[in-house]
Amino acid sequence: MSVTRKEVEYIAQLARLRFKDEELENFTSQLNEILSYVDKLNELDTENVEPLSHPVEEFNKFRDDELKPSIEREEALKNAPDRTDEFFKVPKVINKE
Amino acid sequence: MDSKYEAVIGLEVHAQLLTDTKIFCGCSTRFDAPPNTNVCPVCLGHPGVLPVMNKKVVEFTALMGLATECAINERSIFARKNYFYPDLPKGYQISQYEEPICEHGKITIELKDGSMRDIGIIRIHMEEDAGKSIHDQGSETLIDVNRCGTPLMEIVSEPDMHTADEAYLYLTKLKQIVTYLGICDGNMEEGSLRCDANISIRLKGETKLGTKTEVKNMNSFRNVEKAIEFEIERQIDILEEGGRIVQQTLLWNADQNKIIPMRSKEEAHDYRYFPDPDLMPVIVDQKWKVEISKMMPELPEKRRDRFIEQYSLPKYDAEILTSSRDLADYYEKILTVTDDYKSASNWVMTEVLKNINDRKITVAQFPVSAENLGKLIKMINENIISGKIAKEIFPEMLSTNSDPNVIVKEKNLVQITDTSEIENVIDGILSANPKQIEEFLSGKDKVIGFFVGQIMKETKGKANPAIVNELLKSKLESKREK
Repeated sequence: MSVTRKEVEYIAQLARLRFKDEELENFTSQLNEILSYVDKLNELDTENVEPLSHPVEEFNKFRDDELKPSIEREEALKNAPDRTDEFFKVPKVINKE
Repeated sequence: MDSKYEAVIGLEVHAQLLTDTKIFCGCSTRFDAPPNTNVCPVCLGHPGVLPVMNKKVVEFTALMGLATECAINERSIFARKNYFYPDLPKGYQISQYEEPICEHGKITIELKDGSMRDIGIIRIHMEEDAGKSIHDQGSETLIDVNRCGTPLMEIVSEPDMHTADEAYLYLTKLKQIVTYLGICDGNMEEGSLRCDANISIRLKGETKLGTKTEVKNMNSFRNVEKAIEFEIERQIDILEEGGRIVQQTLLWNADQNKIIPMRSKEEAHDYRYFPDPDLMPVIVDQKWKVEISKMMPELPEKRRDRFIEQYSLPKYDAEILTSSRDLADYYEKILTVTDDYKSASNWVMTEVLKNINDRKITVAQFPVSAENLGKLIKMINENIISGKIAKEIFPEMLSTNSDPNVIVKEKNLVQITDTSEIENVIDGILSANPKQIEEFLSGKDKVIGFFVGQIMKETKGKANPAIVNELLKSKLESKREK
């Protein structure tokens, strides 16, 4: 398995990352190195092995529907890059026509 | 609709579950809290925190599965749906993808012609809601994280519907079920029930599906119907003009009654689902399933049929009375006071529902308690007051919810059943109106109504109408003989 430069561009776009040309080249070859390393796993016969979604065998870890105190708004907004008194503030996500 | 074509409609419904706390943390789900106050590191998506599943969300969703004849999967898992949007702090939504909790059910709808149709349910799964973006202030977007992590249940139908009307009926039925189960308040206007529609058209007889579009943003039952109708017509027009349907997401604009394409910026991308390693699988074994099924209340059809059987009500009455669980409960509460089933039904279907609709309130907000309405009906049946007086004091009950016995006593409205007292009144009226007696004797029966009216006026409506009629007739007849 390998990835093309175009796929790397696509993944970067999904992750909202912007790269320079040489970085894209670099990541494409690095990602391919990783993939070929992981490719070794394909040598194993997994015909009769169930896909594993969780490495531990725990299940039904629940909490009851009981209220716990929330944190103060001031604390919630403390690390926000931009804010108002009450809200997080972000760049406009839709363009007004 | 052009009869050459057939529409194929599937609905995805998101229902907000009525839990006290969020799906993965103990923050409140109260929707009217001040912005960013029902939040904690888990729903704020801070690094290093761990979500812990709210047990009630599993039970509510499984209950919905049982009510819609789904198979409850013994094992289900959570997945991450990855996308960036500012109201989703983690950068992914926790949902279920490959192994949802419920699959392969159905909801039965009754069409206008009385025939029944099964609409298949592909799956029902659990997921978390996103926060709220407020766009209309200044040059930035404001984010309120309160709604982040509110538990949702997504119900995905098979593409089994063919008209906007069927979609409307399906949605109404679905709302009826969730409100009967008490797991969602079913309010579309407030967003606790949301609906997206997948719509395509094809020539009748064709078995392959056409290219579909997805319509979002329909925030009332009527808007769902209108938007679907609009989109079907739009697609037909395109095909008729030789064009091609483009697969896209569309937004219904209720103010302008039209559909606009969602900007590509807001369009979904590649979600890269994968199992969420933070959440352990949910196992619903037989024992738990039995426990959950014990939470099942009597569902609408069953209750309707029981009303017909137990209270000898016409199907029409039973249908309306069981249309919501609150209304059916209200009706049955009246019956703890009176056993006049049909009168109770009439009062609920006329006075109660008229008032609720006029004032745009809910059954729970209706001011007259079922007990007091029951007492009122009982007083009529026991000849303490006439039906007419009952209608007269009802407005006072509406404004005060007083016990009708008290109102009747205070206003001295107890029905006059004493024959000699009524006789006195009749004699007085007759002697004051000799002209009308002449008319009666000359064959004008209608004049009886005039006398009854006068007697009622004199007694302020309190005379027992049956006694009045009987005495009046015999007195008038006796004049004929002379």
